[in-house]
Amino acid sequence: MQQIDLQEKVKATPLEWLLANIGRILLSILVPAVTFLGLRAGFLFLRDSDAPQLIIAIVAIVWGVGGVAALYWVFNWVLELLPGEWKAQLQPFLFVGPAMAILTWYLALPTVRTFWLSLRSADSSQFVGFQNYIASFTQRIMLEAYRNNALWMVVGTFFTVSLGLLIAVLADRSNFENVAKAVIFLPMAISMVGAGVIWRFVYDVDPHIGLLNAIVTALGGEPQAWLTLVQPWNNLLLTVIVIWLQTGYAMVLFSAAIKGVPDDLLEAARVDGATETQTFFRIIIPYIQGTIITVTTTVVIFTLKIFDVVMVTTGGQFGTEVIGVRFYREFFNNQNFGYGSAIAIVLLIAVIPVMIYNLIQFSKQEVF
Amino acid sequence: MQSKKQKRLVDQIVVNGVLLLICIAWTVPTLGLLVSSIRDREDIQSSGWWTIIPHRGWVQVSELPIPEDASVDSEITIEGVTATYDEFRAGVETGDGRQFVWIGNLRNGHIQVKDRQWTAGSNFTLENYGQVLVGKEYIIRNADGSTSTVQGDDLSASFLNSLTVTVPATVIPILIAAFAAYGFAWMKFPGRRVLFIIVVALLVVPLQIALIPILRDYVKLNLNGTFLAIWLAHTGFGLPLATYLLYNYISTIPRDILESAFIDGASHFTIFTTLILPLSVPALASFAIFQFLWVWNDYLVALIFLGVTSGNVQVLTQRIAGMVGSRGADWHLLTAAAFISMVVPLVVFFSLQRYFVRGLMAGSVKG
Repeated sequence: MQQIDLQEKVKATPLEWLLANIGRILLSILVPAVTFLGLRAGFLFLRDSDAPQLIIAIVAIVWGVGGVAALYWVFNWVLELLPGEWKAQLQPFLFVGPAMAILTWYLALPTVRTFWLSLRSADSSQFVGFQNYIASFTQRIMLEAYRNNALWMVVGTFFTVSLGLLIAVLADRSNFENVAKAVIFLPMAISMVGAGVIWRFVYDVDPHIGLLNAIVTALGGEPQAWLTLVQPWNNLLLTVIVIWLQTGYAMVLFSAAIKGVPDDLLEAARVDGATETQTFFRIIIPYIQGTIITVTTTVVIFTLKIFDVVMVTTGGQFGTEVIGVRFYREFFNNQNFGYGSAIAIVLLIAVIPVMIYNLIQFSKQEVF
Repeated sequence: MQSKKQKRLVDQIVVNGVLLLICIAWTVPTLGLLVSSIRDREDIQSSGWWTIIPHRGWVQVSELPIPEDASVDSEITIEGVTATYDEFRAGVETGDGRQFVWIGNLRNGHIQVKDRQWTAGSNFTLENYGQVLVGKEYIIRNADGSTSTVQGDDLSASFLNSLTVTVPATVIPILIAAFAAYGFAWMKFPGRRVLFIIVVALLVVPLQIALIPILRDYVKLNLNGTFLAIWLAHTGFGLPLATYLLYNYISTIPRDILESAFIDGASHFTIFTTLILPLSVPALASFAIFQFLWVWNDYLVALIFLGVTSGNVQVLTQRIAGMVGSRGADWHLLTAAAFISMVVPLVVFFSLQRYFVRGLMAGSVKG
């Protein structure tokens, strides 16, 4: 694909080059900065006012959305007044700059800053080297969190992917495909906090309230305090919540991939006398391999960062601690910024393989 | 040939049967929540929500007064049935297929006489929603027969807060990302490739990495606890995916459409606003739903930047998580509250499912 290029080919002197780049960076930062200052003034005003909440809500929404849109418009108007050459040099940065500036502030720089904080003490006052990391790999509660995250990752991902695949195959051949898919997919719309409430209800210790205990007592068993006393199995019961939430996602992607398997390929296999199971494992699975990798990495990352579900159901007590909750406790409850940062960096290191995989996939694209 | 046909029929039954079972298993937890949210508080505590399904159960047929001389220590005889007070409280079956249950305490209670009949719970109410939305009071009958009044919860404010957070936190990143995606797709400038590689690399960065430095910045800027703080945070965390998805879409728009516009002398800005944005509506909608659900359902970012203590900006997820802590056994309130938090995403989801699925397909690794 060719790019549309309106730039005039002029040989730039070093001075012009310097000026152009300064202009670009200034423009990139200026748009978000002016937006930010304008919005902030409005917000400090709103926060301190006691107007009815509905009014505040409406004003806030209009102020925020309108402000951002207006800023682009105003800056473009200014740019249009510049001579053609300058305009061509600067305009791309009106488009790309604000996004890059925000990304730098919110994601790129924090990675470095968090790493820096992780080498310092709880209140960041002194340098402690790798002590926070050593603590995060030796402390008993952290080891418990790693164990549980590994469990989440293996069990959660295995069941999400295999159930998603099973349901996609079944739905493809059933008589009520759309209804079934909507039903399985529906939990995707529910927050993890909401899901936590739903499943706490299922796991309630009272057999008149909790469905699981009602079933257990109906079968002649004793009701159990599933989430607190049944250790370490309570972790598996929590994993069920995420499987319930994520299977819909896996199913939708698999379903689309399976429909993409060419019919003549399947027909040829059947003519050659392959059974349904053989076709599934020898043809469908290899064909949708790419989708399986995508879904698996997504679910692995999801389980790695698991936080809300554990917070709402057990708060990380009763042997259900996970990395996400540890991070929150150290950073927010204990105000230990050094230790909290070290845990965040551990999370980052865990996703780096996926990041590299994404970059390799991206560099294979011809477009860029 | 006959056997092949039969086999196919069996296959069909197995496939549909297994799928149906899975679908039921998937629905039951949500159904339980929904049913419980419209049941009375005392019903929830005395019988499971599944009792609304017709079943054989004990149904009260009459009432008996308690004997004057009843005491906790000795056995009590009522209409020829002898048992201790505690046994009566748990329910005693008589020989003739009836059940006596002691309701209330030793002094001022009564005996319920129950028969085994076909029955189904059908006592539904919307009271719970009133109690949880606008803080209506409700009355609890204590074990000793006295009553106390409890204030409900006021979720309507958090509901508005959730909306105020979610709408701009969805629109702003889309707007900024659409500009960037256009720039990457249709403009030539130095550093284009490097900048886009940064976007791709940031796709999977866990947002935990950003929370501590950003919180510090917000404290310095006196921004904590404002809607602006959380919009910007969601904008920052949502931008990589938004830019990536929109770039993938915008770069596939046919070249000649743009070229003819350029020949007519239109500027990039005009082309973007009048041509590209309208053409990209499907992609914009896909990401919008994605981001909307993500922000509406978010708990962590809200917890950090809106704060635990400042109640007036709390969003629904924070409020419900708080209720789990403070009213963990008040299932009539919790179920209604959870359902209220689910209404908006469910409506969005069902009305725009098509776009949502398309957005998921396009790529969904988010940090």
